[in-house]
Amino acid sequence: MSDQIQHPSARVLVAKVGLDGHDRGIKVVARILRDAGYEVIYTGLFQTPEMVAASAVDEDVDLVGLSMLSGAHMTLAPLVVEQIRARGADIPVVVGGIVPDHDLAELKAAGIAAVLTPGATAEHIVAQIAAVLAEH
Amino acid sequence: MVTNRERWEAEFGASKLRDVGHTTMSGIPLEAVYGPDDGEFPGEYPYTRGPYSSMYRSKLWTMRMFAGFGTADDTNWRFKEIIKSGGDGLSTAFDMPTLLGLDSDHPMSLGEVGRCGVAIDSLADMEDLYAGIDLGEITTSMTINSPAAVVFAMFVAQAEKSGIHRSRLGGTLQNDILKEYQAQKEFVFPPRPSMRLVRDTISFTAAEMPRWHSISISGYHIREAGSTAVEELAFTLANGFAYVELAMQAGLPVDAFAPRLSFFFNAHIDFFEEIAKYRAARRVWARWMKDRYGAQLDRSMQLRFHTQTAGVSLTAQQPEVNIVRTAIEALAGVLGGTQSLHTNSMDEAMALPTEKSARIALRTQQVIANETNVAHVADPLGGSYFVEALTDEVERQAEELFAEIIEFGNGSMLDGVIKGIEDNWFQGRIADSAYDLERRFNHGERIVVGVNGFTEGNDEEQMPLLRITGEDEARQRKRLAEVRADRDDAKVQAALARVRAEAADPEINLMPALIDAVNDYATLGELMAAMGDVFGRHVEVPTI
Repeated sequence: MSDQIQHPSARVLVAKVGLDGHDRGIKVVARILRDAGYEVIYTGLFQTPEMVAASAVDEDVDLVGLSMLSGAHMTLAPLVVEQIRARGADIPVVVGGIVPDHDLAELKAAGIAAVLTPGATAEHIVAQIAAVLAEH
Repeated sequence: MVTNRERWEAEFGASKLRDVGHTTMSGIPLEAVYGPDDGEFPGEYPYTRGPYSSMYRSKLWTMRMFAGFGTADDTNWRFKEIIKSGGDGLSTAFDMPTLLGLDSDHPMSLGEVGRCGVAIDSLADMEDLYAGIDLGEITTSMTINSPAAVVFAMFVAQAEKSGIHRSRLGGTLQNDILKEYQAQKEFVFPPRPSMRLVRDTISFTAAEMPRWHSISISGYHIREAGSTAVEELAFTLANGFAYVELAMQAGLPVDAFAPRLSFFFNAHIDFFEEIAKYRAARRVWARWMKDRYGAQLDRSMQLRFHTQTAGVSLTAQQPEVNIVRTAIEALAGVLGGTQSLHTNSMDEAMALPTEKSARIALRTQQVIANETNVAHVADPLGGSYFVEALTDEVERQAEELFAEIIEFGNGSMLDGVIKGIEDNWFQGRIADSAYDLERRFNHGERIVVGVNGFTEGNDEEQMPLLRITGEDEARQRKRLAEVRADRDDAKVQAALARVRAEAADPEINLMPALIDAVNDYATLGELMAAMGDVFGRHVEVPTI
């Protein structure tokens, strides 16, 4: 696990958007990020894109992480980006979960900053988040 | 003095057997079970070695493949493919809106319709789903929980419309709401009113559907959410005891419903621990049913279970290797004496399975059943010093957890489980175990082939995956709009009013009102909203 804390003060909102209740991954990732020094806020289940965008803006977070395992990522992830932008904010959105390779290009085009797929190690997750924050 | 063996021989002799030979490949004849004359035998209390005396010599496990995607027509087609390729039971996967009791045109359903299961909005969809399938012959399982009573009402209504009386229907309704709060998180109503619906379905099937399993008490999701094997076993059986107490409180004698309770466990990759888990589960259930709940019928004490291989053990890297994992896990289920089995497909860490990968998964079971000879001898690992010790240890640790849960409920397992849910105790333990496993993986203490070891070949292009297009969602919404346009609205409103009124009276069984309402084409979302008006909604406090 990475011991370098590149953005010790960064705030991350992790969210479950839509109807997908699988929360094992999001809880593990939340703890990994917390252990890496991030301040992590978890929205809880069954959020709409509007709710996630509003929380992200209200909480003034530096990054939003969406955990999506039900196949709705192509519909819901771009809506979260859209809703954040509609609020005049510029917060990078990262998607983690079950995302087939053939969806990656379209997600990037829709403004998703990075996609973390099954098997990502803690080190990789922390490095990816740090890279997205550094680029931003 | 009759020895255990003689007693078993008498029972075995009275069993109807499959007409197949029982020798090794080299022709060595095989007994149906091995062990000392005074040892425990399968089919005998406490059933550590299996619920039946003849086990797979009478009937192989049911190869029950879980399927569902898109619209009811799409899934109906896949069901027929499964039957054609030798699957002998159906298992229905519903999409997220259906699992949460929402219609396909609800705003929250956007992007989720038909994605990870089939979309069911009304009786019309249920009619399409099982069209041309003889439900009097093939058994059907439905994986649905919060809206189980409504979907079950639709199932019964469509079968009866096609001329099959409800008493002839065989199958299983998952209907296990407790593990939803603990693990899978597809809850709608708060725990107490949800348990009332469970009670209503148990009472209804006990009275009218002798071939139906009213509930499948499921550890699968608890394990997938991150629990250990012991937690899976202990939480599942604790939930089972809670349902027993619920039904007994409703005035049902234990032997009137317990024979129709069934279980559903995970088959994870730790081979021997899984086998020990199944053996311990049977023994613990039998003892508690007899000693604590006063069951007298053998069938009330015999734990019967379905197994699914572990979805979480599958990797997106080098997915062909998942065939190997699934085969090992499936073998553990068979050596542990499962009654039915679903094998996952190699591509399920990335998408729903393609037809080809689902067929390979079924073929995996067929290899175990037909080529390996492992089904000839019941409980083949019984008597192994290692497996017996592991079985005892799993049982001991489970009993410790039961003691803790029952303490939460001041002596009631039902109250203890609900308290444990309300206090986030189960959820916290499962998350802790998941994180612990992840930590061991990240520190290299646990190697996953292709992920943190043996990664050569990971850069190959991804295999072709099943793609579900947005067209299914649009088609399903159109179908729902047609149903709404064609039905008699006054009748629907009256049916919904009756459901609302009967929901408010906990003495009434809601099943008759739900069956009448679905026959008038009231939708799933409408019926769930009507009950929600009375029951309220469950909201989980988010914790990391």
